[in-house]
Amino acid sequence: MLSETGQFILPNHPFFLQQEWNTFFSSFSKLGNEEIANRSQDIMRFLKENGVTYQIYNDQTGLNRAWNLDIVPFIVDANEWRLIEAGLQQRATLFNLILQDIYGQQRLIKDGILPMEIVYNHNGFLRECCGIQQAGHHQLVIYSADMARSKDGRIWILNDRTQAPSGSGYAWENRMAMARIVPELFNGQKVKRLSPFFHSMRQALTQIAPSTAATPRIVILTPGPGNETYFEHSFLSSHLGFTMVQGDDLMVKDNFVWLKTLGGLEKVDVIMRRVDDVYCDPLELKEDSLLGVPGLLQAVRSGNVSIANPLGSSVVENPGLIPFLPAIARYFLNEPLKLPTIASWWCGQPQALNYVLDNLSSLVIKRIFRESDKRTSVDATLLDHAALQELKERIKTQPHLYVGQEKVDFSLSPSWVNGNLESSHALFRSFAVSDNGGYTIMNGGLTRTSLDKENMIISNQLGGFSKDTWILSDEENSVLHIKKDQDHLQDQPTHDKSDYLPSRTGENLFWAGRYAERVLGNARFLRTVMQVVEEANKAFIDNDLDLKKSLLTAVTAYTNTFPGFTGKEARQKMENPWKELADVLFDEKRVGGLSYNISCFLRSLEAIRDHWSGDTWRVIKEMEENWQRAKSVQNKGNYKIQSALDGIITSMMAFVSLNRETISRDRGWVLLDSGRKMEQSILLVGMLRATLTRKNADAVEYLLQEVVLNSNESMVNYRFKYKAHLQLPLVLDLLLFDPNNPRSLLYQVEKMKAYLSALPKIQNGHSLSEHERLVLEVFTKIKLSGKDELSVVDEATQSYKNLDNFLTEINALIYNIYNVVSSTYFKHAQTQQQLFR
Amino acid sequence: MEYQVTHTTEYEYNNSVSLCHNMAKLLVRNTATQLCKNTEIEITPQPDILREYEDYFGNKVIYFAIQKEHRRLAVTVKSQVKKIVADKAELSFFAGTSWEQVKQQVLEPGEENFNARQYISETPVTAANEDIAAYAAQFFTPGRPFLEAANDLMQQIYLDFEFNPRFTTVATPLTEVMKFRKGVCQDFAHLAIACVRTMGLPVRYVSGYLETVAPIGKPKLTGVDASHAWFAVYVPQLGWIDFDPTNNMIPGMRHITIGWGRDYTDITPLKGVILSSGHHQLRVLVDVKRLD
Repeated sequence: MLSETGQFILPNHPFFLQQEWNTFFSSFSKLGNEEIANRSQDIMRFLKENGVTYQIYNDQTGLNRAWNLDIVPFIVDANEWRLIEAGLQQRATLFNLILQDIYGQQRLIKDGILPMEIVYNHNGFLRECCGIQQAGHHQLVIYSADMARSKDGRIWILNDRTQAPSGSGYAWENRMAMARIVPELFNGQKVKRLSPFFHSMRQALTQIAPSTAATPRIVILTPGPGNETYFEHSFLSSHLGFTMVQGDDLMVKDNFVWLKTLGGLEKVDVIMRRVDDVYCDPLELKEDSLLGVPGLLQAVRSGNVSIANPLGSSVVENPGLIPFLPAIARYFLNEPLKLPTIASWWCGQPQALNYVLDNLSSLVIKRIFRESDKRTSVDATLLDHAALQELKERIKTQPHLYVGQEKVDFSLSPSWVNGNLESSHALFRSFAVSDNGGYTIMNGGLTRTSLDKENMIISNQLGGFSKDTWILSDEENSVLHIKKDQDHLQDQPTHDKSDYLPSRTGENLFWAGRYAERVLGNARFLRTVMQVVEEANKAFIDNDLDLKKSLLTAVTAYTNTFPGFTGKEARQKMENPWKELADVLFDEKRVGGLSYNISCFLRSLEAIRDHWSGDTWRVIKEMEENWQRAKSVQNKGNYKIQSALDGIITSMMAFVSLNRETISRDRGWVLLDSGRKMEQSILLVGMLRATLTRKNADAVEYLLQEVVLNSNESMVNYRFKYKAHLQLPLVLDLLLFDPNNPRSLLYQVEKMKAYLSALPKIQNGHSLSEHERLVLEVFTKIKLSGKDELSVVDEATQSYKNLDNFLTEINALIYNIYNVVSSTYFKHAQTQQQLFR
Repeated sequence: MEYQVTHTTEYEYNNSVSLCHNMAKLLVRNTATQLCKNTEIEITPQPDILREYEDYFGNKVIYFAIQKEHRRLAVTVKSQVKKIVADKAELSFFAGTSWEQVKQQVLEPGEENFNARQYISETPVTAANEDIAAYAAQFFTPGRPFLEAANDLMQQIYLDFEFNPRFTTVATPLTEVMKFRKGVCQDFAHLAIACVRTMGLPVRYVSGYLETVAPIGKPKLTGVDASHAWFAVYVPQLGWIDFDPTNNMIPGMRHITIGWGRDYTDITPLKGVILSSGHHQLRVLVDVKRLD
């Protein structure tokens, strides 16, 4: 606790008496209370800007939970760590042997070391995987364990994670945040580096590749942006240089796994999965899964692809194994367990069952496997009589599914919470990765804390804090250099991604480009309209009212938010347009509105988040935040909204130019920018149709032309080029036909033409592909038209009919181009279906 | 006695299918009471990949993939099966073992017991609710011989439940079957299995065929022109004994076994995943012809 003089008074606790805490808290005190609070804020901001989030599963609004990091780390000294490291290595080795045995000879069961029920009744025992042995030293490539310290200072293992353990990416980001924001706290401490672990992970995945291919292609299989640890999937993808894919980006053909790319199919050798094993193959495992690859197990069986961790490995995430581990360690390794296990009783044995039933109120009860809809672990010490009876009955019905565990009293660890130093329960997870016959342990890990002193159940889904985990070194010359660590991590040979841009990535880049322009276009047009309407409200001149009417109808048509200012209630809405305008601006559910388009834009970025630079993310996160803020002040005056729109425009321009600077000119750029050009064409055509095709009073037309030029940032160009008053033919000349105006239709179409011919050719030969033919048609149509011919008034309809027809045709052709590009390159149109008989 | 079984499954697709992966468990396995003398498989269009292997339960599996555009898939399996008369003498010797004894004996060492123990735990499709548990309890009274209880269970399902192919699909949960007392052979087998498993006893699902030629003067048996399913319980030292609740009979010379598993999902005759944007129609034809 902090005394009035700013000195820390440490609780009388063995923890705080240790040397490392003395060093830490002396640096901590030097910073002072206020500064610590500031830095804590900065840490949160840093993590947010880096996009470190923990998602609420399947939250449609895309709300990410901010990642909370405690400024006080979890510290493990060198001696204690040596013990833990050896213990984890032994445990990983052991779990690998158990896994291999379960899917191989089953000697543990045959020799009576392990009751068969513990394996056969576990829902993770996949009979389909029996007999499969993957290439490489170990079947278990990645292992992770949750640990905690008891009051006597011993480390206990609470959970083993063997499927697709998460947390390593968060551990890394925690370290980066601490090192960047509070470097002072590292003074005098030799904290071990994290990067060697990621190197080993990369190597381990390379080593399990089945073929003799010189550089195996490795992908990270993610359930998608809705997954709670999606941030980490993209972290691993960009830091390890592996392509991130979803199930339908892959397909099995000829018993091999292939990645669907823009240029065709590319063979995949290794899959690092973040999808639970039963979801990985809808042909043989969970039939209704849409996250997997049909036929994947066939490819594994053929030895043509390796998966880390292999399918079926969740069977050893199994509390039922705990009571038998000491015997298994003797059986396989002829050693005692180096890290103690919590005393556990498997209820499938009569004696153990009786013990558990007799002592139920002092135990923690766990099911041997996890089911999403059921709680795996019950702390029976917290149950009342009725609940205990109910639990007893449940155990008695299916005793082999339950394990009773002694409740260990865990020690408390210091935490900085809301400006105070408090104590909390800490649970820490570290990782092991297969490394040339042994296992390498991450010199650190992810610590999570719970302030609930009664309950040790710590879950990210329920909130809580994380901590950086410091492993101290007692070796000379092992001072931490964060910069070096960071360089070391990034200094990895990465594959040339341009060779195989996945179709989905291409599609998302394309849509990111389209939505970026759509957001920009909407923001600009709405800003201009708001200004004009505000002025029109003050002046009661007919022309101004006509102008207002035309513009508001144009808003509805341009944003496609019908009925809006058309239809039955049009008149009332015109009288007081602000509510409808606010709706179009801020209602996220209003399809076509600005907020809606912003969230579509963000979603397409999120889906390929490994493609954006750090600066790009920062810009986007700021924009998102500012827009949220603008929503809350929308009633405080139109100028506030307009300045929020200014902000959007600036951010989006920054996004576009950052991409120009950071995204390499491979097919990724081609798609992003052709998406932009296509959207710009559609928007321009849409705006002209909505504003300039009707015959109005000259003065109104003049004003409308002014709005159009302003919304397209072309007023200056107009003045400069024509040095004349606004008139339709010249406006059209500038916006449709001028090859040097970067806002003209011709300019967009020429760019699009160049980009589309740069896409990989699907068929051979010299004939144009369909999309090339279509874009050529648009190009020719523009070239063959003239400004004067389009500016002729049709007296019968009182409209610029030629212009309208011309724009309609162009619009239809561009939509066609999109359809062709989409079905040729973005092959997700066919969905997976089950045949069942 | 010898049979020729012809089993055709045909899918017609409204839109063309560019890729399909399939698994067929349609090849008849050999058992103590049958010998599969010959099998012919015909798949159109010709698969690009075809592999035959045995699954964890020893059933024969064919995996095949078709990697070219097609609008129709047909799988025909012709099997020539010789049935062998079972030795019934043993059956009566062990027939007196009570279900409580079986529960203990199955825990004793031995390959057969070990193998049988994986059939005790409930599976998602054979999970029992309170209704099913209560239904089961009436058969397993204290000290009752296991086989007698199983036989009674088979008979009672036959009496209590209506055979109605329009009521259920492969996805209908067992609790619905129990509630409305309607279903098909697969549902009745699952129900019986759920009942036996609530008592902690080993029981498995058997997939196969039934000869449906009606003997003169007797009514035609249910299950015509379709694959059939029933259940089998395990008695240590005796082995697996079959019961057919759809027809209230102990399978004998006229039942042909394809294979078995913990439930339908372990021995689905034909399943697959296709990439397509349209609907499909399915046609199944089964013909069991006596050869001698």
